[in-house]
Amino acid sequence: MSILVLAEHDNQQLKPVTLNVLAAAKQLSGDVTLLVAGHNCAAVTEQAAKVEGVSQVWIADAPAYEHHLAENVSALLVDLAEPFTHLLAASTTTGKNILPRTAALLGVNPLTDILAVESDKCFKRAIYAGNAIATVEIDEAKVLMTVRGTAFDPVAAEGGSATIKTLDSVFQNADISFSHEALAESDRPELTAASIVVSGGRGLGNGENFNLLYQVADKLGAAVGASRAAVDAGYVPNDMQVGQTGKMVAPELYIAVGISGAIQHLAGMKDSKVIVAINKDEEAPIFQVADYGLVADLFEAVPELQNSL
Amino acid sequence: MKILVAVKRVIDYNVKVRVKADRSDVDLANVKMALNPFCEIAVEEAVRLKEQGVASEIVVVSIGQKSCEEQLRTALALGADRAIRVDVENAPDALSIARLLAKVAEQEQPGLILLGKQSIDSDNNQTGQMLAALLNRPQATFASEVKLDGDSLVVTREVDGGLQTLKLNLPAVVTTDLRLNEPRYASLPNIMKAKKKPLEVKSSADLGVEVTAKVKLMSVEPPAERSAGIKVGSVAELVDKLRNEAKVIA
Ligand SMILES: Cc1cc2nc3c(=O)[nH]c(=O)nc-3n(C[C@H](O)[C@H](O)[C@H](O)COP(=O)(O)OP(=O)(O)OC[C@H]3O[C@@H](n4cnc5c(N)ncnc54)[C@H](O)[C@@H]3O)c2cc1C
Ligand SMILES: Nc1ncnc2c1ncn2[C@@H]1O[C@H](COP(=O)(O)O)[C@@H](O)[C@H]1O
Repeated sequence: MSILVLAEHDNQQLKPVTLNVLAAAKQLSGDVTLLVAGHNCAAVTEQAAKVEGVSQVWIADAPAYEHHLAENVSALLVDLAEPFTHLLAASTTTGKNILPRTAALLGVNPLTDILAVESDKCFKRAIYAGNAIATVEIDEAKVLMTVRGTAFDPVAAEGGSATIKTLDSVFQNADISFSHEALAESDRPELTAASIVVSGGRGLGNGENFNLLYQVADKLGAAVGASRAAVDAGYVPNDMQVGQTGKMVAPELYIAVGISGAIQHLAGMKDSKVIVAINKDEEAPIFQVADYGLVADLFEAVPELQNSL
Repeated sequence: MKILVAVKRVIDYNVKVRVKADRSDVDLANVKMALNPFCEIAVEEAVRLKEQGVASEIVVVSIGQKSCEEQLRTALALGADRAIRVDVENAPDALSIARLLAKVAEQEQPGLILLGKQSIDSDNNQTGQMLAALLNRPQATFASEVKLDGDSLVVTREVDGGLQTLKLNLPAVVTTDLRLNEPRYASLPNIMKAKKKPLEVKSSADLGVEVTAKVKLMSVEPPAERSAGIKVGSVAELVDKLRNEAKVIA
C-alpha cells in the first residue's frame, strides 16, 4: 500500500497544513509520496524533501500548475494515481477544489474534511455544523480524502531525506484560465496555524474598530479572525471568516469579541483549547462554550486588555 | 442560455440537530426542513441572470424522495421555470448523485450549471467538483461574483488567501459562496404561480444510472461537550487567569 499526499504551497513556501496532512497519512499503512505541483517551486521541493516520514517527493513544475487549477492538477493526479491506495489533500479551498474532481475522474467517492483515522477504510468526520461526528466506512479501491489540519498534530518539518523525482507530463485544460487574484497581505500568523486567534463580530460596529483587535493580536503574536456577520457587513475580508463555511481553527487560545456564538461560528472554533468571550450580553450563547467569559462593553474591555499585556 | 440549478432539501440552518440515543444517526423526526442556503443563493443567481437577459430558462433539479418537491416548489416560487425530481429510495452516495446530475445535464444541455458549495447537513463540499469532472467541463467553486463576458464566464472565488478570478469557457459548473448575493423572499403571488409550474419526476433507471452506497455510516456521536467555564469580573482577572491558570499567554 502507498499513499500520495498533495502538498499545499504558494510556489515559495510549503504550507504548514501539509505537515498535518502527513500526520494523517502516517496513521495509514504505507509509504508516503509527497507531490509538489506548481511553477518555479524549487524552494518548496527542497523543504518537502526534508519533512519527516516522506519517502519520495515528486515534482511537477509547469506554468499549468502555478495557480493549482483543479482541472490541471486533477488530471495530473489521475495520471499518477495507479500505484496508490490513498490520495490525501488538505481541507483547504485548494484541496477541496481539486480532490473531489479527481475522485470523480477515478470513479470513486471522496471523503471531505476527515478528523480521525480509524483504519485504512474507516474515518471520522463532522456533519451538521459539527453537531455530530460520523464514523464512515468507505468501500472503494482508492480512498481520496481531504484532511482537517487542526485535527492532527503536525509531523516534523525537518529530519527526513526523501528522494526527488521530476515529472514531465503537463496537463493544461483549454477551457479555463487564471485571470487575477487579490490576496491578503499580512505579517500576522496564518489563521488556521496560529496558536492564538482573536476574532471580532458584528459587535465591532465597523472595519476601523477592528484596529482594536489588531493591536491586541500584535501583542500576543495572534492571528485575527471574524464572524460571518462581520465579513458580510464588509468590516473585514472573507478570508478571515471562521466557521462551518469558513475556516476551521483550533488554537491554544481563542478570544471571541462581540460575537454571539451562532452554531455556524462555533463549528469553526469550539475545538480551541481555551476560549475567552467578551460580550456585553450575558445571555449570548458564546458564553456556553467559553472557559473565561467577561460580560463587558468591548470598547472598554479591549483597550484595557491591550494595556495589560 | 439555459441554466440548470441543483438544489437539496436539508435541515433548516437554525435547528441544532441531535444524535439519536442509539447513535445510529442524527434525529430528523419533526425537524424543520428547508432549501440548503447555498442552493437558495444558486437559484437567486440564476434568476438575476435571467432578469439581466443572459439566461432564457431556469431548470431546477433535486435528487431525493417526494418530500424534496417542497424545496423544488420553493425554487419555482423564487423564479425558476420548471423542476425535475430524480426519485431515489435510499440515500445514494456522492458519486451516484453526481452521475444522476450529469445525466440530467446531458439531457438538458445547459450553458451553465449552478450548485451550492456545500450542503449544511453532510458538509461535503464536493458535488459541483464531481459533476464538472464527469461532464469534462471547467469548474469555479466558492463563487462570490459571476459575470458573463462574451462566450466565457468570469468568476471570482473566495479562496483561503483572499479572492481569485478565473475565466471559464461555457458550459461551466459554478458553486456558490455566501456572499454571491442575498436571496429574495418569494412573494405570495409567486408561491401560488409556482404550484402550476411543471415538475417532472424521473427515476434513476430512466437515467440509466446504477445507484450505489459505498460510504457507509457506521455510527454517529455527539461532539465532545464543552462545559461553560467561569465568568470573570474584570479584565485584570481575565489576564491573571490566562497567565497563571490556563498558562496560554506569557
Ligand atoms: C449557511 C450559513 C452558513 C454560515 N456560516 C457561518 C460561518 O462560517 N461563520 C460564522 O461566523 N457565521 C456563519 N453563519 C452566520 C451565523 O448564523 C450568524 O449569523 C453569525 O455568526 C453572527 O455573527 P456575530 O456573532 O458577529 O453577530 P451577532 O449575532 O449580531 O452578534 C453580535 C454580538 O456582539 C455583541 N455586542 C454588540 N456590541 C457590543 C459591545 N459594544 N461590546 C460587547 N459586545 C457587543 C452582541 O451582544 C452580540 O452577542 C452562517 C449562516 C448560514 C445561514
Ligand atoms: N440530492 C441532491 N440533489 C440535488 N442537488 C444536490 C444534492 N446533493 C447535493 N446537491 C448539490 O450539491 C451542492 C453541494 O453539496 P455537497 O457536495 O453535498 O456539500 C448542493 O448545494 C446542491 O447544489
